[in-house]
Amino acid sequence: MTDALVPILVATLAAGTPLVFAALGELVAEKSGVLNLGVEGMMLCGAIAGFAATAATGSATAGMLAGVAAGAATALVFAVLTLTLQANQVAAGLALSIFGVGLSAFAGKPFESIALTAPQAFAIPVLSGIPVLGPVLFAQQPLVYLSWALFGLVSWFLYRTRAGLVLRAVGESPVSANAIGYPVIGIRYLATLFGGAMAGVGGAFLSVIYTPMWAENMTAGRGWIALALVVFATWRPGRVLAGAYLFGGVTIAQFFAQGAGAAIPSQLLSSLPYLATIAVLVLISRNPNVIRLNAPVSLGKSYHPDS
Amino acid sequence: MRRIRLEARPVPSRAMRYLSPLVAAALTVVVGFVVFSALGRDPFAAFHAFFVKPVSTVNGVAELLLKASPLMMIATGLAVGFRANVWNIGAEGQLILGAILGGGVALYMEGAASGWVLAVMVLAGAVGGMAWAAIPAFLRTRFNASEILTSLMLTYVAALLLSYLVHGPWRDPQGFNFPQSKMFDDALLFPLLLEGTRLNASVFLALAVVAAGWVFVHKSFLGYQMRVAGLADAAARYAGFSANRTVWLGMLAGGGAAGIAGLAEVAGPIGQLTPSISPGYGFAAIIVAFVGRLNPLGIVLASLLMSLLYLGGEQAQMELRLPSAITGLFQGMLLFFLLGADVLINYRLKTLRPGRPAAAGSAA
Repeated sequence: MTDALVPILVATLAAGTPLVFAALGELVAEKSGVLNLGVEGMMLCGAIAGFAATAATGSATAGMLAGVAAGAATALVFAVLTLTLQANQVAAGLALSIFGVGLSAFAGKPFESIALTAPQAFAIPVLSGIPVLGPVLFAQQPLVYLSWALFGLVSWFLYRTRAGLVLRAVGESPVSANAIGYPVIGIRYLATLFGGAMAGVGGAFLSVIYTPMWAENMTAGRGWIALALVVFATWRPGRVLAGAYLFGGVTIAQFFAQGAGAAIPSQLLSSLPYLATIAVLVLISRNPNVIRLNAPVSLGKSYHPDS
Repeated sequence: MRRIRLEARPVPSRAMRYLSPLVAAALTVVVGFVVFSALGRDPFAAFHAFFVKPVSTVNGVAELLLKASPLMMIATGLAVGFRANVWNIGAEGQLILGAILGGGVALYMEGAASGWVLAVMVLAGAVGGMAWAAIPAFLRTRFNASEILTSLMLTYVAALLLSYLVHGPWRDPQGFNFPQSKMFDDALLFPLLLEGTRLNASVFLALAVVAAGWVFVHKSFLGYQMRVAGLADAAARYAGFSANRTVWLGMLAGGGAAGIAGLAEVAGPIGQLTPSISPGYGFAAIIVAFVGRLNPLGIVLASLLMSLLYLGGEQAQMELRLPSAITGLFQGMLLFFLLGADVLINYRLKTLRPGRPAAAGSAA
């Protein structure tokens, strides 16, 4: 029984990893008060940039770096619009998602028929020998370990460092933070770029490692699911991680159900992650106090130092 | 060294409000020139292929109107919600549901073809779109769930539902196993307006929807309440306007319009249900609504521009061998530039010279 579980759990962790990256990045941006609805677009740009770089160099590392760069570059456009030019964050985020879909589809056309070989998983010596847990947790892609490191880093940064405290203060009350002398706009720029970079890695993980190929719109809503995850997690990194794997599990469950020959239309199974997203959003939003107490107070609101 | 900074205007500039879309369109064209040059194409030839060639024939103009129709319909519906800060971004899914319900009527009423069946189909399309939009409205008003995320998630579900129907129960038995329904009865399609083109009577339906949207927003008390809710939430609450009703109306207006647009696609140029019935009209309409300043005339003009981008993309694919996905690139860019140019509505640019920090060197 446990032997049958191992591949399911391994696949669940892999399926959840793009969400871990994208949602943790968005979490940091939102903690600073920036609501970037463009995650889907940034992931797609990261996915095609990562794919193209890996196809050109043969190196998955180069692909990930390209994903970081592409995600951060698209986030920069959003940051200039909303932070410097005071554009509405919701509208600019939608624009970024639409733009990212278009840009990645355009840039990705020449890459549609190319297949990459996914890099080998890296088994950590000794630890990977532990029954069940070993192969599940310690024989993964290097990027999966990196996503755990990112989780640790984000948790530590936000709640254990002075800079993290400042970032959270900027998200709660930019006016007070500015009065004390912190550069609100600059901090928000950095947080937004970080969010974009992580969305880019998430996308590159998808196209280079998870399903080593490029297809138009291949993120299939994962960017939006990452946004929902941040709300579901009530802006806490630990719950983001748990939520991401929950969604990884839902995604994987449909493949195993289809493989097992379940007499359910495949479209119904494929719609499960989207329905699950709606369900968890409803569950967490049902009590308005939970959102009000946990959401950064200035989330989504423009801030201009003069006003 | 000069520094440029933003200074809040005492009153928002009306002129910039209407100039900003033109600035955005101009910037999109300029960047288009750069993009085409960078891709090694003659930018003037590319410009001609993209913006002039598609509308230089009668058929081209007919296609322009055909593609502008769903865009103006959906944008009009979405604008009702956007004015009140109701962010329905799932119009693409609502369009699909309209096509499914309206198309379902066509499939089941085969043989009973007459004018009133088409009317029922339009109604069913609107009901389908509204029903799909009612889900996020209900989840928002009852459970406080973000309509942005739920309406978008439902778009994926709608596409899968359509895929299920055309692969399964509604597949044409004589269709060589292609995932598509039977062709609708000719009498159940919108009549063609111009022989030799695909332009059909649904363009009048689109104009009617735009007119109805204008009457609702500008001439009705409900529309007035919703505008107040968008401009000053607290004032609307103080006046006793229901916030929940605002959400419901905003969502249903967008859903109904998108549903009719979906029906008009399947009972128009497509003529049957297929797995993919819209090249992203539901998303492009968001851009149309913004570029059109949420205003009926603006929306009609913006929908023509966006339609031209679709045609230009197809032309660019044929003539310049560029992927037609370039359309999405230009559409996104247009919205970026619009949002950027909009800063000049509420702010003006000031150049500061060193030593004279308070100098009033206005550059706006």
